[in-house]
Amino acid sequence: MTPTTNSELMSTAAILGGLVQALASNRIRVIDLTQTLTPEFPQIALPPEMGQCWPFRIEEVSKYDERGPSWYWNNFSCGEHTGTHFDAPIHWISGRNLANNSVDTIPVQHFVAPACVIDCTSEASANPDYLLTIADIERHEANHGRIPKGAWALMRTDWSKRHDPEAYQNFDETGQHTPGPGTEAVRFLVEQREVLGFGSEAIGTDAGQGYHLRPPYPCHYYMHGAGRYGLQCLTNLDLLPPTGAVLICPPLKIEKGSGSPLRVLALVGQDT
Amino acid sequence: MTMPMMHPKRKNPVLRTQQMNLPPGARGRVALGITTAAAEGRFELQTCADCGAVQYPPRETCHKCLSPRLNWREQGGEGLLLGSTTLHHSNDLFFRERLPWQLGLVHLDAGPTVMVHLHGEVGAAPARVRVGARLDRAGQAVLIGFPNEGSAHMADDKMLREMTSDPKFRKVLVTDGKTEVGQAIVRALVKAGADIVWVGHAEPWKKMGGLDDISALPQVTLVPLDLTNGRSVTELAGAIGGKVDIVINNAEVHRNFGIASRRGTDVAKAEMDINYFGLLRLAQEFGPALKGRSADGATNATAWVNLLSIYALSNFPPHGTFSASKAAAHSLAQCLRAEMRPAGIRVINLFPGPIDDEWNQQMPPPKLAPATLASAIVKALRDGVEDIYPGDVAEEWLERWRDNPKVLERELAHGGG
Amino acid sequence: MARQRLSYAGVAVAVPVTVPYVRYSTHSAHWFIGHAIDALVKASGVGKDQIDGLCLSSFSLAPDTAVGVTQHMGLSPRWLDHVPTGGASGVMCLRRAARAVQSGDADVVACVAADTNHIDSFRQTLGSFSNFARDATYPYGSGGPNSIFAFITANYMRSFGAKREDFGRIAVDQRSNALKNPNAMFKKPLTLDEYMAARPISDPIHLFDCVMPCAGAEAFLVMSQERARELGLPHAVIRGAIERHNAYSEDPVMVRGGWRVDRDDLYAQAGVRSADIDFVQTYDDYPVIAMMQFEDLGFCEKGEGPAFVRSHSLTCDGSFPSNTSGGQLSAGQAGAAGGFLGMTETLRQLTDTAGSRAVAHAHLGLVAGFGMVTYDRCLCTGAVILGRPA
Repeated sequence: MTPTTNSELMSTAAILGGLVQALASNRIRVIDLTQTLTPEFPQIALPPEMGQCWPFRIEEVSKYDERGPSWYWNNFSCGEHTGTHFDAPIHWISGRNLANNSVDTIPVQHFVAPACVIDCTSEASANPDYLLTIADIERHEANHGRIPKGAWALMRTDWSKRHDPEAYQNFDETGQHTPGPGTEAVRFLVEQREVLGFGSEAIGTDAGQGYHLRPPYPCHYYMHGAGRYGLQCLTNLDLLPPTGAVLICPPLKIEKGSGSPLRVLALVGQDT
Repeated sequence: MTMPMMHPKRKNPVLRTQQMNLPPGARGRVALGITTAAAEGRFELQTCADCGAVQYPPRETCHKCLSPRLNWREQGGEGLLLGSTTLHHSNDLFFRERLPWQLGLVHLDAGPTVMVHLHGEVGAAPARVRVGARLDRAGQAVLIGFPNEGSAHMADDKMLREMTSDPKFRKVLVTDGKTEVGQAIVRALVKAGADIVWVGHAEPWKKMGGLDDISALPQVTLVPLDLTNGRSVTELAGAIGGKVDIVINNAEVHRNFGIASRRGTDVAKAEMDINYFGLLRLAQEFGPALKGRSADGATNATAWVNLLSIYALSNFPPHGTFSASKAAAHSLAQCLRAEMRPAGIRVINLFPGPIDDEWNQQMPPPKLAPATLASAIVKALRDGVEDIYPGDVAEEWLERWRDNPKVLERELAHGGG
Repeated sequence: MARQRLSYAGVAVAVPVTVPYVRYSTHSAHWFIGHAIDALVKASGVGKDQIDGLCLSSFSLAPDTAVGVTQHMGLSPRWLDHVPTGGASGVMCLRRAARAVQSGDADVVACVAADTNHIDSFRQTLGSFSNFARDATYPYGSGGPNSIFAFITANYMRSFGAKREDFGRIAVDQRSNALKNPNAMFKKPLTLDEYMAARPISDPIHLFDCVMPCAGAEAFLVMSQERARELGLPHAVIRGAIERHNAYSEDPVMVRGGWRVDRDDLYAQAGVRSADIDFVQTYDDYPVIAMMQFEDLGFCEKGEGPAFVRSHSLTCDGSFPSNTSGGQLSAGQAGAAGGFLGMTETLRQLTDTAGSRAVAHAHLGLVAGFGMVTYDRCLCTGAVILGRPA
């Protein structure tokens, strides 16, 4: 470990102080990228013979009534992958043997990281099965600079604006039709850009038809296989700059947890 | 002839909704034998095992030979009407509110003389009649004198409609329209003349076949209803609870696992969450409104139907956790029946054998066609019974179960048959 | 061959008392029993402590029985009976009391029938009247025996050609008797037109075919003739008495009562024929039953009841004085006291205390009882012939 000098200490205090000031004066805004947990928010749907992720369910314990005269509280239940949630590497078979692959062991500094927002709004609106390409990434970088190592790559589709669960899930008899990354784009982000993880607005990080890609669910396969993370069911990505935002997204500290519902916040500077 | 019932006029909203005053419901324990049979649609009387005498009212001993060996035997009910009367006065509130009311005295060919509620199509005494047993609004057996040959509209008889839950002109909630069974029930209800059929539609993003066909029927309205979500049940009850006359709870989760064949409890929980807790949530939200309207005119709230399973009686290990959830639901349905009885709402439990659906794909025939199950429900509503066991498998299980539940348990442990 | 039975000779029936009827009372049955016993004591000069037998009939005592009544009234009898035969209880209390006196088990037996009537108590009594009523008639809404007697009446009308007018004659004549009875609940005359125009209750039963439930008591004393003479009590004697239960149970609907089984015995005990009877008190819960008693007690043959009432006047001064108090149809039905009404009225007729209702030259009176519709008919029948002491 390198000895810390006085000037560096001063400097971090100043940084944090400055951050606090900037937050207080709204020069740095905090954007909530989280969907509200409600029973009506859909969950991932798998074939019925498979194990299922629990939807969010909530039940009053008491509400200033005979069950508890002066207090209101609820019990809730859900899966690790319910609502806006975090995917840890252990979630996928490709990441099962990695070190620090579950939510309780992931280095906590990963929960605060920069984010790049790749805008695929027009493509996704034209084609719900749209798959992010390397070309999309290169176009983004041409305009906004190279995606730094250790940053989140967020795919903006405005899919979260589909408030009707049926439109959001967008099933037909051939399955789900939601946008996600193509196999090559995933490998590019993992291998060439060493991103921290991939985030999407749809129900999964992979496209609705991701099962039919090679390998099936490539984003899960490659991201988690490389120890990277996933964020899904994000919203408000349209409020983020293409680059320069900082995500704060710590999942619950669940022992050997494969993921967790969480609050995803973005710090956005006024000048970005 | 019974005058065909006309579509009732809309209710005057400034008038107080009539409340239920039940007919006298007290019976001695031995008389409950008639109720037991009537609950399954049969008319049974005590028959002496020693001298063969048939007797009524029920007794603890044979009135002819004093034998205590009295068996309940199904009766044809043929008899001669000796006299009839029309009540124009009654000290009992239920009847006072429904006067005039016809009664008869029938000499059964089997021996006893019985007092009956008399169907309007029965002519003046002496006349041949057929006596049957029905459950009245108190849920207790009463005897009814039917005409030997009824007309097409005999079910519309005012007295008979009080004993039954005919869907005609009634508003019905079917809790799950996404299954073939649900869709068959909806079609059967529409055919039976239901006024409105609300059809529950959980997780609308999951596309299942057939829903478009039934939602195209003019009587049908799809409604969001997910029995695992208390708020969904509450919100639907708030929207339509005050209008529902019949609840048909057919929502179920059915998986084919025992204990060892499936690790964990997620499947069992999903089964319990719909099959048991779903019923509980539904009953808590829809029960009170139903009870409040049980005497509300000609299309009063009248019945609650639960799709259980013959596996509720005895566990079928290959479908072990499903069986357990249905046993729990059966137990809760008995509680519901007890709680609905003071309002005169009938709780009908269905105990079908394997239904011909994807979760019984590997069960050998005979399997119950969804349409057959649906007609059984409509028939149960029309006949006013409490428990039905549709299908050959269910009937056989029931027979074995009644004969000896322990033997059936052993048989099922060895894979059924 | 039946053993020769002991006659009722030497037994006196005396001191008819009536606790005036009221439609409803807030008192319990005990209040009426107390008044009745008090009236018996005052009218007889027998002290309360000299009443050593009590025979009681009441529907509204529950949870008490005659046992609780002894403590309630401060009585200490050495013989006690509680007779649950309702409309037949007058005859049956008398038979039991008479045997107690004859055997020496008691010297002075007070026979008391009393019931109270609260608002709604009639309905509650009906629902718990019998196991069979609870299981097989009460659930049908008839609200009591009205519908059972509607069937019996309709069947009788169809079988024997009786018309409503025939039953009307019984009701109208009894009403005219009631107008002379200060204890009767009904004070207005009844015409046949009014009878015919009455509202249906459970057709063919109409309003004036039904009795009015009320509260009240009837009572009398039974003792030896010797004792009665010592006390200077006018009394009647028992010439014959019968009872029968659950007769003709094979008849699918009631067309005859148990009197028919035992009537020859009755007249043989008394050594008289039916034609010798000067007046009859039938049990008249419905007119059709009064008509059946005319037949079954031998005043006419089965099926001749309609013709019989057409050819007779049933008033106190008529050709066949019947129910000279007005009967229950016009005096009211005070529960089990209705089963005593014919008995107290007959005692008044035979002890010359019937006032303007007195039947001329009345020496022999017949009192019939009929009680307990447990299911589709009354099960208890009884009759007694009372006469003046020799």
